[in-house]
Amino acid sequence: MDLAVFWFILIAVLWTGYLVLEGFDFGVAMLMEKVGKGDRGRRTALNTIGPVWDGNEVWLLTAGGATFAAFPEWYATLFSGFYLPLLLILLALIVRAVAIEYRGKINDDAWRRRWDWVIMGSAWVPSILWGVAFANIVRGVPIDETFTYTGGFFNLLNPYALLGGATTLALFLSHGAIFLSLKTDGEVRERAEAVARRMAPIALVIAAVFAIWTQVAYGVAWTWIAVVVAAVGLAVAVVAGRIGRYGYAFTGNAVAIAFAVVLIFGSLYPDVMPSSTDPAFSLTVQNASSTDYTLTVMTWVAVILTPVVLLYQGWTYWVFRRRLSAENIPEHNSLTFLKK
Amino acid sequence: MEVLELARWQFGITTVYHFILVPLTIGLSTMVAILQTAWVRTGNDKYLRLTKFYGKLLLINFALGVATGIVQEFQFGMNWAEYSRFVGDVFGAPLAMEALAAFFLESTFLGLWIFGWDKLPKKVHLATVWAFAIGSILSAYFIIAANSWMQHPVGAEFNEETGRAEMTDIWAVLTNNTTLVAFPHVIATAFLVAGTFVAGIAVWWMVKKSREDRNHADLGMYRTAARFGAVVMLVSGIGVVVTGDIQAKLMFEQQPIKMAAAEGLVATPVGPAPFSLFTIGNLAGDDPDSVHHILEIPYFLSYMATGDWEGEVKGLDELQEIYAERYGAVDENGEEIEYRPNLAVTYWSFRLMIGLAVFSAALCVAIFWFTRKGRAIDQEWMSKLALISLPMPFLAASFGWIFTEMGRQPFVVAPNPTGSDQVMLMTTFGVSDATSVGEVATSLVAFTVIYAVLGIFWYRLIQRYASEGAAHVTYEEPSDDSDRPMSFAY
Repeated sequence: MDLAVFWFILIAVLWTGYLVLEGFDFGVAMLMEKVGKGDRGRRTALNTIGPVWDGNEVWLLTAGGATFAAFPEWYATLFSGFYLPLLLILLALIVRAVAIEYRGKINDDAWRRRWDWVIMGSAWVPSILWGVAFANIVRGVPIDETFTYTGGFFNLLNPYALLGGATTLALFLSHGAIFLSLKTDGEVRERAEAVARRMAPIALVIAAVFAIWTQVAYGVAWTWIAVVVAAVGLAVAVVAGRIGRYGYAFTGNAVAIAFAVVLIFGSLYPDVMPSSTDPAFSLTVQNASSTDYTLTVMTWVAVILTPVVLLYQGWTYWVFRRRLSAENIPEHNSLTFLKK
Repeated sequence: MEVLELARWQFGITTVYHFILVPLTIGLSTMVAILQTAWVRTGNDKYLRLTKFYGKLLLINFALGVATGIVQEFQFGMNWAEYSRFVGDVFGAPLAMEALAAFFLESTFLGLWIFGWDKLPKKVHLATVWAFAIGSILSAYFIIAANSWMQHPVGAEFNEETGRAEMTDIWAVLTNNTTLVAFPHVIATAFLVAGTFVAGIAVWWMVKKSREDRNHADLGMYRTAARFGAVVMLVSGIGVVVTGDIQAKLMFEQQPIKMAAAEGLVATPVGPAPFSLFTIGNLAGDDPDSVHHILEIPYFLSYMATGDWEGEVKGLDELQEIYAERYGAVDENGEEIEYRPNLAVTYWSFRLMIGLAVFSAALCVAIFWFTRKGRAIDQEWMSKLALISLPMPFLAASFGWIFTEMGRQPFVVAPNPTGSDQVMLMTTFGVSDATSVGEVATSLVAFTVIYAVLGIFWYRLIQRYASEGAAHVTYEEPSDDSDRPMSFAY
């Protein structure tokens, strides 16, 4: 197989890993107030992702680094073109990482409350904006003959892209609720299950509209398969949630997110970033990629390391497989800021 | 202000800020791993207490370090898109390798370490902190390899058809001689930062406790930590000097203009070159008379640069001519290209990098002396020296970074005098075309403000946890009891 095509697929895989994993991280954070009802409940929710969220985020850094190495033109056009949305995402990720680590460090209600709001708020922003970004990539944006984005910020806010944002938001909310249903016990679990039962059908409807729009406007014949599989995944999530089988529901959601990525990347191919100015200016798998030599090197690295990463990340989930309930949460640490 | 200027400020601010945090993470993670190893091997409670004490400080630091690291990877695409297009084929590889080989390791095993105390068997849990420490060192290696390639491009050639640098030899990129000296220099610095940090806090506590009670039970523990820190300082200090010296000699070869600027050496000296300790003048670099060396060590610069006490060192004027001849005298607007980096910044950052390390040296010697034969430190002035020394290696490391980056200007990819001269890029041509002044200004302000606010929290938490001291901790054997509270939770 052509190495550039292989890397196109690999980058889709990395994004799938990121969206499936950080998708539930974001969902949990957005829902921690709703399912938590009080400090202990919020902490229970937050600690379900405690040991893993940092590792999950690395999928994004790997996707970014891999794009830089394998498709430098794509990396350059995308990140300089989608400047402000990306800035918002980065700011959200920065404060989020710090908020999660710092919230419990000082025993003070106001301190914790403020960081809680940061944790929640900083999950909403990327949950919406990743959808907006991917929808814009599929739709095509103004790119000139030097592969430079010429569209500005408001170009990115079109109905289709906003629907994309709503789709990732709904998917992540549902994904997070299902994850919480799997990982918690007691009252938090009851509330999480209620949210999951409500969110799953909503996610199904919004995602279906987005998927069909994508397919009709930008898809090719075979990507209908992706639409159907994603729809089946979301339907499984709805049904499994109703009968209380959240393991299946989670799998269904993960499959749906994966096939949403298949749909997007499948619709894009052979472009990686179509130009709405003139199709001749589009960035393609071939004209945006690195040399064969670089791709060969990177292929060896990826083939050797990816299984190792999957192995130890999988092990982490196994180590922390137990459900959490409010009773498992220890007392707050006793440190407060010293009064001068 | 133009996009170029703003983008440079942004890169400088975000990178230096990130690099204040990173060396501590690298050094401290390994030191915590050593402390935990000592506990697992000896079962001595004091090692467990120190592991948890310094471990908490490590976590506070790592959180902000990792958060600010995310920006670094995307900033190339956002502000430096043309640079990314030019170098992506080569530069992207070590970056992607860092994520795949190092960063996954670091982040995943840190989660296991924090939350795994009561879940994993003792030795497996110990392995997680080592995996984390190794990940952070590996991470530094790949980043240094990427940066060294910008300082000294190897393993690549310029493709005229595509107009970009293309990789020809990954092995050459990963074993760049610039990398092989810069990496140990950076790692040694990281250990100097962390050794000073560990020792400084321990000394402060020792003085405090011994003033309360000459036979306080915790004195032995803090003495262990202080001496451990001092050993790390001693070994890493020697490492910093040796690698720094090798690196300087290499730099005189690879980027002579950077080193001449570091010396404020405008005219080529007649005969052996002295090393200047202190200089006044405006250091603008245009006028040799504007630079006055006050204190000089004769012959020393010649030796530093060439390994020969009589060796010739070229001045900026002569180098400017050589560069102009080789890489063009005027830019596309017909203006003369200034190949000299900012003289004042390079001169002073170079000196501060070296000078500030003296505090660690003083602290190190004092600790060995005052803790000899089982003694505890009770000298009040030692607690002051400890506190003053704490920030110094952080600053020294930052100045080192500023020096190495500013000294490379006006190039973002400096030409390799012994390789293909075509693989080079002026900073002006690296900046994004798609990005507006408003956008870069927005992000510059946003990052600066957010970093400042988070920096205050970081500082207050470090201060708060350090001033709490090493708590008494109990170790619970791992169990699968589902009702037991977690040993760590947010």
